[in-house]
Amino acid sequence: MEAVISIAIGVLFGSGIWLILRPRSFQVLTGLMLMSYAVNLFIFIMGRLWVNRPPLIPGEGTPDPALISDPLPQALVLTAIVIGFATTALYLVIMIGTRGLTGTDHVDGEEPDL
Amino acid sequence: MSIGWTQHLIIAPVLIPLICGALQVPIKHSRHWFKFLLSLVSVLSLTAVAIALVMLTDGEHWRHGIGVYLAANWMAPFGIALLADRLSAMLLLVTALLSTAALLYSMLRWSRVGVHFQSLFQFLIMGLNGVFLTHDLFNLFVFFEVMLAASYGLLLHGYNASRLRSGMHYIAINLVASLLFLIGVALIYASSGTLNMADLASRIARMNDTDLALLKLAVTVLAVAFLVKSAMWPLGFWLPAAYATASPPVGAMLVLMTKVGAYAILRVWLLVFSDDAGDAAGFGFDALLWGGMATIVYGAAGMLASESPGRMAGYGAIVSSGTLLAVVGYGQPSLVTAGLYYMVGSTLAVAAFILLIELIDRIRTPGASVLAVTMEAFAIEDAPEPPVGVGIPAALAFLGLSFAACALIIAGLPPLSGFVAKFSMFHALLMPETAGHGNGFVRWMLMALIVISGLAAIISMLRFGVRTFWASGDIAPPRLQAAEVVPICMLILACVVMTVQAGPVFDYLRRTSDGIHQPAQYMQRVLDEPAVPNPPKENAK
Repeated sequence: MEAVISIAIGVLFGSGIWLILRPRSFQVLTGLMLMSYAVNLFIFIMGRLWVNRPPLIPGEGTPDPALISDPLPQALVLTAIVIGFATTALYLVIMIGTRGLTGTDHVDGEEPDL
Repeated sequence: MSIGWTQHLIIAPVLIPLICGALQVPIKHSRHWFKFLLSLVSVLSLTAVAIALVMLTDGEHWRHGIGVYLAANWMAPFGIALLADRLSAMLLLVTALLSTAALLYSMLRWSRVGVHFQSLFQFLIMGLNGVFLTHDLFNLFVFFEVMLAASYGLLLHGYNASRLRSGMHYIAINLVASLLFLIGVALIYASSGTLNMADLASRIARMNDTDLALLKLAVTVLAVAFLVKSAMWPLGFWLPAAYATASPPVGAMLVLMTKVGAYAILRVWLLVFSDDAGDAAGFGFDALLWGGMATIVYGAAGMLASESPGRMAGYGAIVSSGTLLAVVGYGQPSLVTAGLYYMVGSTLAVAAFILLIELIDRIRTPGASVLAVTMEAFAIEDAPEPPVGVGIPAALAFLGLSFAACALIIAGLPPLSGFVAKFSMFHALLMPETAGHGNGFVRWMLMALIVISGLAAIISMLRFGVRTFWASGDIAPPRLQAAEVVPICMLILACVVMTVQAGPVFDYLRRTSDGIHQPAQYMQRVLDEPAVPNPPKENAK
């Protein structure tokens, strides 16, 4: 399980790095999104991988820590998702703005001299 | 038992701009005077709060001069703790001063060029203040993002092609840096089980080798994120373009934002990797030292090479953050004192210089052609007319004098605060408090680099000054408005006050530096701060 998750995160992050090094702004945006997915997964598994352990405490009484999973990374990942979503949306707006003003989707705002 | 009102002051620097910025969102753009007044009330009350916090942290009011505010009334490390000490109080004051200056400057033109300038400006201040106050790493991330999100909007303010281009680079780089920040925070939590800085510092001495190796890795990743913000070589290539294209009031605030990265490094490193940290003590200080010195070289070379004053100011900011990083990495408390003085002085001077550049440009282009593109893109109906009416007299003399003052401070020549800062840094380097701090070669090299960076600054500033004021043929005295002149005077005056009152300022900074070099005090204050007990339940039934 751990191996599968870590390979998945690695593949996502690696593809993201390749994409943000590309010259077209949409590729960069896709790369940033893939990287943020990878990071979100990464934060999530920092509470370790458990099966059948809820992060919530049911009912009254003192719970047994061995029966619940760590809720903190799950709370962190929610915040990270929201913030990442908002900044990605902002990047998209700027991408469209640059495309409109400069007439190209190259990240430098001009086509390289070939 | 309840907490006194003074303790609520700690959260006020976050709440005031948040409320003020939110109030301004629904107000129509045409009522800009009302918005401006709201912002002015906000920055002035922030200044008052910052002064109060400086006095409270420096007095006997809080033990060790550290005020702790438990958000949501959860004891640390379970809840988020906000913390005001001398360092944060001082930086809050600098933020308040700089934002007052930038706000006044933007009053006539820049705040009217696009929509929501005032709200974004308030959110930027909120993010900055939050970064300086928080004592929780994830909360630090949140405030970083608040600050960055506002700065993305502000950098694009006055929408034109060059701003969009540099904005796109700036945003992409900062998004990647934020992802690294998150990875670092997640790894810290995985290895130590806490995100509270003081709690982390108290646990690090007891950690086993595996966890410690993971923690070191985590903090390194985190440091890369901070260093992107503070533009350490080779992570700072985005900065000159962003500074040169941003509108002047925004550029002035960006100067402070590069110091935020250095602040975070200073805070985390001195607390977590102090001498009490066992095996991990002193981790990474060498990297900071050498990286800082490389940054000084890069910034000095960039200053010499740059033609436009905007880029020159950007490289000036790089030099000053490089100096600060090297000073932190050198690891000597008295040098940190001098470094803090240098940081405040150079931040104010570079910000004043950025504001000044636009006014100097008017010598060459009297028209308001800058705004043409913006107007077209945004189709603003009531276009702000370029400032008309009587300008202030002796405009050219003012420009020349304030340019000279900025140049003197940035280059570190007497008689202004830049010289005092560099002199005290040399003094601290030559008079080490304890033997064994840095070897001789590193010490002389750091001093040589500081001197060379000053030389580079004075050469490039002189070249620009001579070309602009003396060698540009017949120049028409530009029309300046009081609202544009006052903020620049304010910033330079603050530097002059820092020079004249260097004694008291240094005493304060020495206490600041002593405080942040004693992590045990922070652990004790933060972890022992009691939560307010629940009010007794009513026994009516």
